[in-house]
Amino acid sequence: MKFTKLASFALAAVIGASPVLADLEFPSISYRTGPFGANGAEVADGWADYMTLLNERDGGVGGVRINAVECETGFNAEKTVECYEATKGDGALVYAPLSTAATYQLIPRVTADGIPLHSMGYGRTSVANGDVFSQVFNFPANYWNAASVIVNHLLDINDGSLEGKTIALAYHNSAFGKEPIPTLEALGEMHGFDLTLLPIDSPGQEQKSQWLQIRREKPDYVVIWGWGVMNQVAIQEAANIRYPMENFIGVWWSGSDNDVIPSGMSSDGYKAVTFHAVGTDFPVFDDIQKYVTDAGLSAGTGANVGTILYNRGLYQAALLTESVRVAQEMHGVADITAAMMRDGMENLVINDEVMGAIGLAGFGPSFEVSCENHGGPGLGAIQQWDATAQSWSLITEFSGSDMSVIQPLIDADSSAYAAENNIESQCN
Amino acid sequence: MLYREAGDFKKSYAEDSQTFPLKLDRYGYYAILAIAFLVVPFVINDYWASAVLIPFLIWSIAALGLNILTGYCGQLSLGTGGFMAVGAYAAYKLMTSFPDLNIMIIVLLSGAITAGVGVLFGLPSLRIKGFYLAVATLAAQFFLVWLFNKFEWFYNYSASGQISAPTREMFGFEVTGATASASSKYLFCLVLVVLMAWIARNLTRGRIGRSWMAIRDMDIAAEIIGVNPLKAKLTAFAVSSFFVGVAGSLIFTVYLGAVDVGDTFGIQKSFLVLFMIIIGGLGSILGSFIGAAFLVLMPVLLKNIMVGFLGWPSDIASHLELVIIGFLIMLTLILEPHGVAQLWRVTKQKLRLWPFPH
Repeated sequence: MKFTKLASFALAAVIGASPVLADLEFPSISYRTGPFGANGAEVADGWADYMTLLNERDGGVGGVRINAVECETGFNAEKTVECYEATKGDGALVYAPLSTAATYQLIPRVTADGIPLHSMGYGRTSVANGDVFSQVFNFPANYWNAASVIVNHLLDINDGSLEGKTIALAYHNSAFGKEPIPTLEALGEMHGFDLTLLPIDSPGQEQKSQWLQIRREKPDYVVIWGWGVMNQVAIQEAANIRYPMENFIGVWWSGSDNDVIPSGMSSDGYKAVTFHAVGTDFPVFDDIQKYVTDAGLSAGTGANVGTILYNRGLYQAALLTESVRVAQEMHGVADITAAMMRDGMENLVINDEVMGAIGLAGFGPSFEVSCENHGGPGLGAIQQWDATAQSWSLITEFSGSDMSVIQPLIDADSSAYAAENNIESQCN
Repeated sequence: MLYREAGDFKKSYAEDSQTFPLKLDRYGYYAILAIAFLVVPFVINDYWASAVLIPFLIWSIAALGLNILTGYCGQLSLGTGGFMAVGAYAAYKLMTSFPDLNIMIIVLLSGAITAGVGVLFGLPSLRIKGFYLAVATLAAQFFLVWLFNKFEWFYNYSASGQISAPTREMFGFEVTGATASASSKYLFCLVLVVLMAWIARNLTRGRIGRSWMAIRDMDIAAEIIGVNPLKAKLTAFAVSSFFVGVAGSLIFTVYLGAVDVGDTFGIQKSFLVLFMIIIGGLGSILGSFIGAAFLVLMPVLLKNIMVGFLGWPSDIASHLELVIIGFLIMLTLILEPHGVAQLWRVTKQKLRLWPFPH
């Protein structure tokens, strides 16, 4: 009985307490458990470590400390909703749920609540049209850019022609995996390649039949749109049927260290697309070592520093805290609100000077966000895994995607959403 | 002394066979209803609605549905998640095809469509029993999820394969969509829960319910005394699927607003509902509510204690949550194999005699 009483007091205290401290609330909707936990933890670590670094080194952003509370979802829609409702009342500035399905769920909610959402490299691609999606951003790149960058890379290595080639898309059978299909179909029509669709059910541990089909049909290239355990299994299966790794290309969520290490030497040569740099050759990592790791403030185990997904979490944290800076300058207040944060994100300018100042020179491309374009430039590069050196390296320059194909798709999808939900143009 | 039937006289058969024959029980029930309808809507906020009360109410409907099939009629089903998906997709197709249709009608119609699908998948139950039937319904689960992923017509050819609920109103209040208020969503679900529980209670103590229980207890004996197994089993599948379909359509329209079929209505949801009725109590209306509360509210409570109050890291809390809930499930089933509802019955029995047990 005592325990129940204590518990109900606790619950009442938790729900009743509303923090009055001047903090920048950055709820981290993360998942460190479940079939996608290994990957989710790396992103969450990168995000948390960067926030800790800013707090420890600079005392936050513009003198206001960051409060990055984690909320565990286990990649689960119901728990994401619970996390969202639990944190939005605390003055959350921005959400980044790291799940396409959750992003779809949150888009109408954040739009109603006036809180920005940043789905970096995932989520609903057509939110790039800021004219319709006022609260949602997906700079600097989205899935359709990824699909196009992959096809461009294949064009490059085939002397500019994919006529008569076959490409198989092995995808997570969910909103996330289905997202690139329209783009790849359009590109297939344009460049004359055949697209084979191979859906793999979540979480993706079972994909023998799909790889049997690949073995039988021998597509020239396999593109994978996977996450978490699905990637590891896919790379192992590809190795089992001796599929040439250099013809196997993943989206950026299928190109982390977790994905290639389990298959050992046989994953050598596996490629993936990325929208930011790899490795720890940036000044910010010295500061992370000094202020975070050495001080014993690392998130998680602290062993993930410098992995691909850690870098991605860090990159997102950097872009968002830079948006805070922009918002603080625009509105002249340090303790900004979600509406100001939105303005900051919409007027974000990332160039060499900004990136250099935070110790990330050359980490990602320069871009500007505008009211119409919430999607950034959509640049991507191809990285390749070297199993001997146990490291990723970029094998191409950052290059653009085929916007002549993507833009009409974005316009069509976003205008359909606008019509469904009676959204008026917000930019003019 | 406090809880007793002495002095509680009944003057008619109707009074004698009412759901709550004891005054204390009856007043307790009225009090709960009064609080739920008259107090909660005024104090509810978004967190309590979206994270606590709405999921509890909706999962209660699903547990009631499965309890009719498994608890009352003895047909083990692992297809609950799939049938919920039918409810959700039926609601989506109805909402987008008939924008002017009232949301209450849509929810009930999608329940009816699910009932039809349930009867179809219930047909094998006439031939196979027990674990074999569980496997047959498991096939329904996987088939239905595959179906909604495979055919684009079900999700109106959207690029992502997700369905999202447009805004709909009831008496001028929005009940679906992101701008709907917490209290209107809550009240909408509450009305349905009370209605469904009332239907379930009255069905299970009537002629149909008795035929279900006869089939459950011994199907050959039931046949000999004149219960038609075809009718009994198929009505159980139909009614159960109707409840489950309503729950599925509510999850989609009111609770989540957007659904990805593999994630929201996967096999784990079938097990979740099955665990609810096993823990709550098979063949008990109250048990369905207790089971839903146990498996929906307990994780939220534990999370709030461990992360919010004690300040533990969220991943450790999430792992511990599984451990604690697993432990509590085992403890409940060892101490009371017939579920928490039986515990409640035993408590009431003892209270009648207290403080003079002899």
